[in-house]
Amino acid sequence: MAVIRDVMPAFELLQPSSIVDAQKLLQQQGRDAWVLAGGMDSFDWLKDRIKKPKVVVDLSGIAELKGIRATSDGIEIGAMTTLTEVVQHPVIKEKFKVLAESAELVASPQIRNQGTLGGNVSQDARCWYYRAGWPCYRADGNICYADTPEGRNREHAILHAERCVAVNPSDTAPALIALDAKFVIRTSKGERVIDAEDYFVGPDIDITSLHVLKPGELLTAIRIPSAWAGAQFYFEKVRDRNVWDFPLLNVASAMVVSNGTIERIRIAVNGAAARPLRLKAVEDAVRGKAANAATGTMAGKLAVEGAVPLQFNAYKIPLMRNLVKRAIGGVEEATWTS
Amino acid sequence: MDFLEWARSPWGQNVPIHIAWFLIWVAVIAGFLFFIVHATYLRYFAKSKEFASSGSPLIAARIPEKVPRHSLAARLFHWIMAAAMFTLLFTAFLPKVGVPFDWITYHWIAGAVLTASILFHIIHASFFMDFWSIWPDRIDVRDAGRRILRFMGKPAPPPDKFAKYPLENKLYHGAIVAAGLSAIVTGVFMMFRVRTIFFPRNPYLFGDMTWGMMYVLHGLAGVGLIALIMVHVYFGLRPEKRAITKSMIFGWMSRDFYLKEHDPRRWPVETPTASPTSRGAEPEGIRDAG
Repeated sequence: MAVIRDVMPAFELLQPSSIVDAQKLLQQQGRDAWVLAGGMDSFDWLKDRIKKPKVVVDLSGIAELKGIRATSDGIEIGAMTTLTEVVQHPVIKEKFKVLAESAELVASPQIRNQGTLGGNVSQDARCWYYRAGWPCYRADGNICYADTPEGRNREHAILHAERCVAVNPSDTAPALIALDAKFVIRTSKGERVIDAEDYFVGPDIDITSLHVLKPGELLTAIRIPSAWAGAQFYFEKVRDRNVWDFPLLNVASAMVVSNGTIERIRIAVNGAAARPLRLKAVEDAVRGKAANAATGTMAGKLAVEGAVPLQFNAYKIPLMRNLVKRAIGGVEEATWTS
Repeated sequence: MDFLEWARSPWGQNVPIHIAWFLIWVAVIAGFLFFIVHATYLRYFAKSKEFASSGSPLIAARIPEKVPRHSLAARLFHWIMAAAMFTLLFTAFLPKVGVPFDWITYHWIAGAVLTASILFHIIHASFFMDFWSIWPDRIDVRDAGRRILRFMGKPAPPPDKFAKYPLENKLYHGAIVAAGLSAIVTGVFMMFRVRTIFFPRNPYLFGDMTWGMMYVLHGLAGVGLIALIMVHVYFGLRPEKRAITKSMIFGWMSRDFYLKEHDPRRWPVETPTASPTSRGAEPEGIRDAG
């Protein structure tokens, strides 16, 4: 319960200055440690006194985690790079525009100035039952309050729900999946690099986390290969308040189109499930087909196969169908259908 | 150290939500400690078994070479139940000890198989087998007293040989019944909280406290079954119990083992030339091979 707002519980604040030190501290503290990036998600939890960590490891003093660097095969973005820096970076704007567009639609300018890319992909679910501190599955309890006949589940999952029906709220996550980004994780055994889509996890595998990071592990950077540089990108986010809100749904795609035919494509949606979904079946179905409204319509129908609406979120099915349709067929060619 | 995890419900009530997961390791360690203590006792301290005489050589002469013990139906039930039980334990507890995977569908399917097999067993044992053969009788209680006195070095007559099942086996069965039925009954209700093919999901079937106690009982039964199954597998692999294990595969045990451990008056077996007789009479027949 949110008993006292704006007064955080006491915790020990640790401020390492290097990745090595941070990882060691996280390793030492294990489950007692809370990783603080930009604080945009963390301070909600702490001020509401829902989470009461013994130790907070503040990453803001680690220079290695900040900045955008060119690599031999693309770029590497430090996990503590702010969303504003991502939005404004010339290489990202020129070659990986879908990421810049998605980051620019995150929350408000103030939040983008403080929030980080690593934090945005690692943030927790926004289900209000969970955020209010109710003992739901995600909070290690034994019930989902949202998945009940009376539950307020308008924003919740239509796909891959497994006991918990919360969704991943990240805007940049589907863009990074579309760009085939790699997530660099520092563990006690060294560095581990995983595909963007494998960074996220659903409740069927781990019902208390939206990502694969274990205690003692740290997301240090996100690498974007040049394979999709300059591709035809699409990002669209639908939200209740266009000035500042989490996505009801968003879609990101990267396509290489030659003579009107889709040669290569990666497409992902978020807000439909507890993890951003790469739509592999859609990719396979549209590859080699014309990038037009007909293909988009077919892709949209395919994308929502298996969707199961809750009491109040059936609208997400036509919404997702149309977002996928527009991502492939284009906004001008595709028409909205309900 | 808390044995239960508690949470505050939306209505401000403190409710249990499940057992503390360290109890998994308590059960595993208890199982291993049992192995060590029992194996050490048998290896270094146990005396050879002594039984009272169990009848004339004439009786022994009429025992067949292969003594039927478990019918095909009973053996199929046992192994289906074993497969379901192992699936249930691994799918329940591996994710809790750091091996995440999509476990819940496999868990409830295995639970449904176990429930169906147990229902079959109850009907089969009640109407087609000697129902009372697995429950302790007065001779078991009397002989348990004699064995304890002899273990303590006090004078007591030797116990009778066993009926179809030794007392330890019967007590183990009782423990499995308690733990298994607790897990099954609570598990069936818990299926109302997830999506299955059996009934509409209804998480509000009970109040938070009732649900909490149900999860606690399910967890306690689960960790209890870890230790019980470990002990069962241990005995199944012990050399002196191998004849019993083999009988659960092939359905019969050897005449020699039967005469060494079992009392034909308490567990009469069928002979090729005789018809069944009443319980406790000279062993001219058998009514049960469960």
